[in-house]
Amino acid sequence: MNDNLIDKSFVKNPGNSDGILNGRAFKFGDNISTDLIAPGRYFHLRSNLPELAKHVLEDADPQFAEKVKMGDIVVAGKNFGLGSSREHAPTIMKLAGVGAVLADSFARIFFRNSINIGLPVLVCDTSSIDQGDSLKIDLKSGIIKNISKNTEIKFNPLPDVMIKILSDGGLVEHITKNKGFNL
Amino acid sequence: MGKTIAEKILSQHSGRDLVAGDIAVVDVDVVFAQDGTGPLAVSQLRKMNFSSVANPSKSIFFIDHAAPSPRKELSDSHKVLRSFASESGAILSDINGGVCHQVVAEHYACPGNIVIGADSHTCTAGALGAFATGMGSTDIAVGFALSKTWLMVPHTIKVNFEGIINKGVYAKDLIIYLIKKITADGATYRAIEFSGSLSNGLEMEERLTISNMAVEAGAKAGIFATDAKTADYLKKQQRGDCFREIFADNDAVYEQVINIDCRTIEPMISKPHTVDNAVSVGKIGEVKIDQVLIGTCTNGRLSDLRIAAGILKNKKIAKNLRLIIVPASADVYLDAIKEGLIEIFIKSGATITNPGCGPCVGVHQGALAEGEVCLSTQNRNFKGRMGNPGGFIYLSSPATAAWSAVKGYISDPREALK
Repeated sequence: MNDNLIDKSFVKNPGNSDGILNGRAFKFGDNISTDLIAPGRYFHLRSNLPELAKHVLEDADPQFAEKVKMGDIVVAGKNFGLGSSREHAPTIMKLAGVGAVLADSFARIFFRNSINIGLPVLVCDTSSIDQGDSLKIDLKSGIIKNISKNTEIKFNPLPDVMIKILSDGGLVEHITKNKGFNL
Repeated sequence: MGKTIAEKILSQHSGRDLVAGDIAVVDVDVVFAQDGTGPLAVSQLRKMNFSSVANPSKSIFFIDHAAPSPRKELSDSHKVLRSFASESGAILSDINGGVCHQVVAEHYACPGNIVIGADSHTCTAGALGAFATGMGSTDIAVGFALSKTWLMVPHTIKVNFEGIINKGVYAKDLIIYLIKKITADGATYRAIEFSGSLSNGLEMEERLTISNMAVEAGAKAGIFATDAKTADYLKKQQRGDCFREIFADNDAVYEQVINIDCRTIEPMISKPHTVDNAVSVGKIGEVKIDQVLIGTCTNGRLSDLRIAAGILKNKKIAKNLRLIIVPASADVYLDAIKEGLIEIFIKSGATITNPGCGPCVGVHQGALAEGEVCLSTQNRNFKGRMGNPGGFIYLSSPATAAWSAVKGYISDPREALK
């Protein structure tokens, strides 16, 4: 594993210091499983995350890894990230440049994994967002501005424990800093 | 106010009186990872400067997903787990052991425990009256290091399976029926308590099948109260001393109660590419199959293999079809040999592989070709699951799988049981 690359990606707090994320929307449907995000046939690449990241979301959109740019935003319907507990799924999304994931709902393990590795995952009504829309997310105010459509969407606030973990930079950083849980 | 099983177990592990919705740091009893998630957990442990684990005798690394290793990158991952286990004193269940969830049920989980594992089907151990839930590598790394985790106490959905079960219908059909009814996210963030007159009569191996698939409805845990069958199972495993009575209070508060009359349930089939996309076998139409898999953490136990052998005895599988049978653990494999089941399978034309996850995860031992159809006893049928997004995976009970292997297309097992 390329630890330098992982470290750079893992320890950064999400967004700029002012908690603003800007990116283009990549739209997906309901029930995007971790098999679609990090396919089992690349199981042998799990210890080579930069290489695995070249296949991120490949079975949902074969060109996604080529098209995605730093800060782009994955937008989906309900139950995003269902299935396997593989943390590699949110990790390679983050490594590929995904700045945040917006969905109507998330599967539990994916949601928790994303916070642990410092990828913002936000629950909101995504029905009005289309492929390619330009979005501006304000993590602090809880508002997503759809610049392309000149509309605003509110997202549900994260539970306090998750904000603590996310603001420490992830769970490893939280535990290291506090020498245990400090929730 | 009375408590659900989840509220009781989590309260006992936090030293606080918890109710659904509370968030707490809890002590955990059993922590494990497998070869797909373990290497990342080890890497996170090292980042936190841990070279030991808090409770070595209940910390386990399993090599089951790609066992024995089919390629050098995975051999290196296995080596990482072997050396960390050796260095930290954690237990290593190597390529000869079997699927983590089966081995955890046989040897580690006890009623009333909190079990966390870096695998989504960790909920399997709920069959023993444990609060068992899947997490990712980083959460599990912290679990190994501290024997603690944080959890939100889930609201509970009570599912009462009532009545009798028809001939040819099995635990697998009940759980697929339930998931179809409540959908793939119908229990997200919730615990499910399985109860009702039928559930209480289910054998431990049947309960393990049902708890295993709780996560396919999004559930955090799928729990059975303990009873004489739990006690008998543990006694048979020489672990009778870890039995405890675990049950919900009569006045426990449930978010929802679902009553299911099992007399109306027929053999069920989940169609590609989601588990809740299910129909009764009579409505499946003519589906020709290329491969059948009987095994996995869902249905690779002795009782499953007995059912399959009962159907395959003195029969041959259909031409141009592969039947792959994977015993879930070394213990299951040995028992199946002693009972003569393996001989029946080989004579029928089946291929037996070593205990483990087999082709379920798409790594090895039976990846699908483009356009191929597989009928499997595994727990999920997502696109790409068995190594090829161009494959089509259907799910069923071992009886349906075995009879379909004989017929060459998806078939009603009740034809074989007449």
